[in-house]
Amino acid sequence: MKSAKLIIVLTVTTLISGLGLSLLNSWAQPQIEAYRQKVLEQAIYEVLPGIEKYKTKTIQDTDFYEGLDSSGEKVNVAFKAIGNGFQSEIRVLVGMDTSLTKILGVNLLQQAETPGLGTKISDDPTRDNPNWFMEQFEGIKLANRDIDYVKNTKPDPTSGEIQAITGATISSESVVDIINKAIEKNRKLYKNGK
Amino acid sequence: MSKNKVSLIKEFTKGLWDENPVLRMLLGLCPTLAVTNSAINGLSMGLAVLFTLTSSSLIISIFRKIIPKEVRIPTFIVVIATFVTITDLTLAAKFPEISKALGPFIPLIVVNCMILGRQEAFASKNPVGRSIIDALGMSLGFTLTLTVLGAIRELLGAGTIFTLQIMPESFAPWMIMILPPGAFLTLGLMIGAANWINAKVKA
Repeated sequence: MKSAKLIIVLTVTTLISGLGLSLLNSWAQPQIEAYRQKVLEQAIYEVLPGIEKYKTKTIQDTDFYEGLDSSGEKVNVAFKAIGNGFQSEIRVLVGMDTSLTKILGVNLLQQAETPGLGTKISDDPTRDNPNWFMEQFEGIKLANRDIDYVKNTKPDPTSGEIQAITGATISSESVVDIINKAIEKNRKLYKNGK
Repeated sequence: MSKNKVSLIKEFTKGLWDENPVLRMLLGLCPTLAVTNSAINGLSMGLAVLFTLTSSSLIISIFRKIIPKEVRIPTFIVVIATFVTITDLTLAAKFPEISKALGPFIPLIVVNCMILGRQEAFASKNPVGRSIIDALGMSLGFTLTLTVLGAIRELLGAGTIFTLQIMPESFAPWMIMILPPGAFLTLGLMIGAANWINAKVKA
């Protein structure tokens, strides 16, 4: 009979815990979702300059956020680039022109890289401009080449180069990779999906 | 009655110094080292632990007589994990910025041995009131230590405390202080200082 008590106590404990948490989750999840949506919306307006509003267009499960100017004309497009960094999933929002050959802006939506090293991709406390790394991508033209990164030398933005972060080469490389792959994939998708 | 009152106060203050979980017992060092790169992160982690530890101690001491000792550890862990998840979800829903800064370290409070240690050593053997006072004292000791540790590292590593500029403009921040080695260095010196003060007081 002793073991019955053990089973009952553990079952009741986990049951109450599970029930309570699922109730809490149904309260918290919509708010977490709403916050994520808000962050995404802010990011869209940040990476797509000069737009009035945007509309979402889904092509084969990929969301494209098309920026519209004041006359409702489509001027640019943004999409998410998602992939693995050094130790976490990195999500970047990339804003480009409608032919997907020029980067207008990038915004790091999510990362949990090594604190103090990899986190510098979005927040570098050693620089006056903590967001210098992501801002390097702005204005890069990519007609028929990929973004590349350099170390220790000055990057040449006109040939698609950006500077990697010292001590966070893998995180830097991952961001470059993730953006390159997403652009290549989405360029085809968006052209055919129009 | 008065004797009881005095020892309740002692129950509370022991966590602040005599049995300070970080400086004296060296418990819960993983979050201590990992999140204290700024004062605000140390404080937020401390408060998250305060909520988790106090709630867990409350529940465990209420049910201490019906939890069979064979399954006490799994029961403690389930209770602790429940409160950690409550903290995690609430932070993510109401304070997304803090939730983002503390990242994976909130879920990891589950395995903070200081919390399990208090359940095993105290809440499972003592009445409710006493357990809550013990939990509050312990977690305040933890919070204070983390905040001070975070403040020292932030001051030397970024020249600020709670993002307020303290150091003069000409001060070059010691990057190493907000990197992992800074945590070990500062914590080691703090533990050394605590031991030194204790030895002085005894002498």
